[in-house]
Amino acid sequence: MAPSTEQLLEMDRQAWTIRLFEEALAQVYMEGKSPAFDIGSGTIPGEMHLSAGQEPVAVGTCAHLGQEDTVVGTHRAHHFAIAKGVDLKEMAAEIFGKETGLGKGKGGHMHLFDPKRKFSCSGIVGASFPVACGAALAAKKKEKDWVAVAFAGEGAANEGSFHESLNLAALWKLPVIFIIEDNAWAISVAKSKSTAIPYNSQRAVAYGIPGVRVEKNDFLSVYDAAGEAIARARHGEGPTLIEVKTDRYFGHFIGDPELYRPKDEVKSLKAADPIGQFEQTIIAKGLVSRAQLDKERETAVKAVDEAIEFARKSPYPKSEEALEHVFA
Amino acid sequence: MSNERELTMAKAIAEAISQEMERDQHVFVMGEDVGVYGGIFGATQGLLSKFGPERIMDTPISETAFIGAATGAAAEGMRPIVELMFVDFFGVCMDQIYNHLAKNTYMSGGNLHLPVVLTTAIGGGYGDAAQHSQCLYSVFAHTPGLKIVVPSTAYDAKGLMIEAIRDDNPVMYFFHKGLMGLGWMRYPERSVNVVPERSYTIPFGKADVKRPGTDITIVCLAMMVHCALDAAEKLSKEGIEAEVIDLRTLVPLDREAVIASIKKTHKLLVVDEDYLGFGLSGEIAAIAADEAFEYLDAPVKRLAVPNVPIPYSQPLEQFVIPSVEAIAEAARSLAR
Ligand SMILES: Cc1ncc(C[n+]2csc(CCOP(=O)(O)OP(=O)(O)O)c2C)c(N)n1
Repeated sequence: MAPSTEQLLEMDRQAWTIRLFEEALAQVYMEGKSPAFDIGSGTIPGEMHLSAGQEPVAVGTCAHLGQEDTVVGTHRAHHFAIAKGVDLKEMAAEIFGKETGLGKGKGGHMHLFDPKRKFSCSGIVGASFPVACGAALAAKKKEKDWVAVAFAGEGAANEGSFHESLNLAALWKLPVIFIIEDNAWAISVAKSKSTAIPYNSQRAVAYGIPGVRVEKNDFLSVYDAAGEAIARARHGEGPTLIEVKTDRYFGHFIGDPELYRPKDEVKSLKAADPIGQFEQTIIAKGLVSRAQLDKERETAVKAVDEAIEFARKSPYPKSEEALEHVFA
Repeated sequence: MSNERELTMAKAIAEAISQEMERDQHVFVMGEDVGVYGGIFGATQGLLSKFGPERIMDTPISETAFIGAATGAAAEGMRPIVELMFVDFFGVCMDQIYNHLAKNTYMSGGNLHLPVVLTTAIGGGYGDAAQHSQCLYSVFAHTPGLKIVVPSTAYDAKGLMIEAIRDDNPVMYFFHKGLMGLGWMRYPERSVNVVPERSYTIPFGKADVKRPGTDITIVCLAMMVHCALDAAEKLSKEGIEAEVIDLRTLVPLDREAVIASIKKTHKLLVVDEDYLGFGLSGEIAAIAADEAFEYLDAPVKRLAVPNVPIPYSQPLEQFVIPSVEAIAEAARSLAR
């Protein structure tokens, strides 16, 4: 089923929100880190993994999800959170370590939790798979048609948790979709140096579930593949494994010298930017107008500005609050 | 002068590994991003170009497989050095470490030797939050069968690394990120010191008195050594002379050094960047109670992370990790 005009516009807005949010964070992150870069200084200390270039996977998938469906992300999870509808202000505030953040400043950029929107993520590679299985198991026990999506990078598909989870989900026919973002790199290690087969989707065979490879970093291709898998899961037909080719524009984290990466790789990737291509395609098909898309982009610009502003202005938590919330 | 050159801790570790790899063909390195990247914290920098991908092996993100493989290869006479990028990730491979690497020698009645060095990064204070900032050496010291090394300076790091590689037992070698002398993370200048080019070893189980003093003993390791030394400088201006003892290894532990210092100062403060509960600080306090009780003029004081995960936000993180000021304050209250 093709996306409606409304959905297309929402996808475009989400895509821009992600792109602009990540670009804004890349700038804010450098505040207070010059002339000498110190990871522990500045407005936002700590590691920063950004998802610019990887918008299609998150947006194309989450277009099929509702409030009751679960998404579990990774260390690079801003795009998933935004596509799942996590409040941008609360998320930005968390990334700034502020009291008003999703986790009151306790979690931070790699540990975003929004139980209302059924979103979570983790800084441990491969941790999304089992947790998504659990959400799917709960949906099944509650006899709901909710689904769970585990996102992870191609590097994570070499963890034991990936294989254990696929078997468990297949065995129990869980309504879960495993989506691998193949951005070709796990920090400095190329996929060809870490993975014995070209496509992780091939690994589905071992567990008797469908495996789909999406060869283009493209919103509509992801939309189609994810739509089919999610419909299957909702109808009780069990899990699907999807691998999507995608592109990482920034370094693994900001400050990554990227000595391992061919110099012009990012430049050539950007020449085929997925957002521009998406917009061209849907305009050419007569589904939307340029003016409509520009309006979505403006909305995104405003939302990102407001979120960063909100995060900046919010207060830090009080030191003693560090001792709260170890237990419920 | 060439024998007076100073190195960062990362460079000292890489040099130690390099010298041992030249000396012994059985030594090789496995881990995530240890090749072109040179280790995320620089512990294997320059080794790939020197020894090639057959001996400096980038691995898939499959810690159970490659850390378990170190055990298997060591049983066959190899001497693997294997890197777990952050100690916090031990959860995905703990069975291979705890139930196999640590115990196989014992369960074989001593017939199996496992000369594995497992290197891993520890420490917080730079905003990396609950899953990337822990120390956790106490968890590993708790299980019998693992030697535990935690250096605080480049000189110690090199000697302890060579000792670790030559040891016929599993050695866990914890390097604090903030001590590696990285271009992108603040580090105490003191961690960079003179490192001889020649090969040398530092025996395990020998604590180092990093600063002699008469009024109070501060037992610590890794980053806390530097915080304690900074605190000691402040205290000295106030007329309190603190003795700072760097344990350097937890297993084996230099109990004698701790006791000897207590006999001298009669006061003990243990400072630890690991969790307070059930850990290093409790262990040292127990040794003091067991073996030096009559020499203590005051109850032992412990300063450590107060049994909460490391929070992300800066004011929270700074509150839970012992600071120079907190150490000085604890020492003051004890010395009074
Ligand atoms: C269990 C575990 N091992 C290693 C790491 C360190 N690490 C963080 S991200 C990463 C690479 C992940 O690559 P991939 O899964 O492809 O995701 P990407 O970063 O490309 O989005 C590694 C090795 C970790 N966080 N957790």
